[in-house]
Amino acid sequence: MSRHILSAIQNIGHRAIESIWRLGHASRFFVLVLLKSGTSLRRFNLVIRELYFTGVLSLIIIVVSGLFVGMVLGLQGYETLQKYGSESAVGTLVALSLVRELGPVVAALLFASRAGSAITAEIGLMKATEQLAAMGMMAVDPVARVVAPRFWAGVISMPFLAAIFSVMGVYGGYLVTVVFIGVDEGTYWSQMQSAVDFRFDILNGFIKSCFFGVAVTAIAVFEGYDAPPTAEGVSGATTRTVVTSSLVILGLDFILTAFMFRGVS
Amino acid sequence: MQRTTMDLWVGFFVTAGVAALMVLSLKVGNLNAYNPSQSYIITGNFENIGGLKVRAPVKSAGVVVGRVTDIQFSTQTYDAVVTMSMDSRFTFPTDTFASILTSGLLGEQYIGLAAGGDETMLKNGDKVMKTNSAMVLEELIGRFLFNKAAEE
Repeated sequence: MSRHILSAIQNIGHRAIESIWRLGHASRFFVLVLLKSGTSLRRFNLVIRELYFTGVLSLIIIVVSGLFVGMVLGLQGYETLQKYGSESAVGTLVALSLVRELGPVVAALLFASRAGSAITAEIGLMKATEQLAAMGMMAVDPVARVVAPRFWAGVISMPFLAAIFSVMGVYGGYLVTVVFIGVDEGTYWSQMQSAVDFRFDILNGFIKSCFFGVAVTAIAVFEGYDAPPTAEGVSGATTRTVVTSSLVILGLDFILTAFMFRGVS
Repeated sequence: MQRTTMDLWVGFFVTAGVAALMVLSLKVGNLNAYNPSQSYIITGNFENIGGLKVRAPVKSAGVVVGRVTDIQFSTQTYDAVVTMSMDSRFTFPTDTFASILTSGLLGEQYIGLAAGGDETMLKNGDKVMKTNSAMVLEELIGRFLFNKAAEE
């Protein structure tokens, strides 16, 4: 009996030490990617190629889900606000919740599952089929050639995707509340414009999405590079990318929100 | 370097992203409505600011002419010092009356400016001398009850 308890405690300790080990390894890898990104910024066509895979191919899911999130926000917001006779504030509700929170967060979650998992699977599979080792043999640094362009493409595309998500959401809300329900068009835009501040709301949302872009792609490239070179290892790494980056996005969002909007009405 | 269809799509994507940011700042936000770079600062002492908050609008005749940038408590005069950043397109006489008003029954509080008749205008760093405190519901009810009791 006591042996079972002992081994359970041992297991917890082992997992804790293992995760701290991985965190340190990931941080060291992150610094390495930053140091070696000079080459990929000089050969920018490598980044453009990856921008196509992470940015352009994520566009459709971002546009469609942004539209639907905005439509649902408009519908639910209208249902609640009309009880208090203030359905004219629905534009404010839709725009503020999208620009401050939902735009960056939901776009980052979608980005993690759409592009982050693809990055991990691609790098992991390159490692499993020894393509990375072959590059090293040819004196081509795999971190500079494979990892850094993917990292920068993710960092660049994330703020754009979040902005597109927010805009689609605002127009989705417009579609439902103004076109279908019949809220006055002028009130929808003017209430929104008087409540949304450029520096406090839009710039802070933009900064948030930049942080999420760095976090998601850093996790994705690390998990791919660190994946055990087996089919099972790659699939596990892909799952870990999505789980870890979703948790990091939500945790980071709380910290950033506490810093940005505390004390601001 | 050869141009590819991929480049076209990436260019399209970046254009869409920049356009989305422009729409956010110009159509959704209020970047074009109020430019804080051309502004002057005035202050005012209020006995009671009620629920006035930083970033609340300063209005004259219902038009937004500035924003509240800071609210401090003064231990010399024991009242609230409200700092306002005003749009430099609008200048007001020195005997302008500033009062804290509420938009609607349950709306946000803002500062209303009623222009006076003085020749000199308020400059950067000036102080509004004539102020009117926020309406506090408890005080109003208390005064009403007091008057009722005095009548009987």
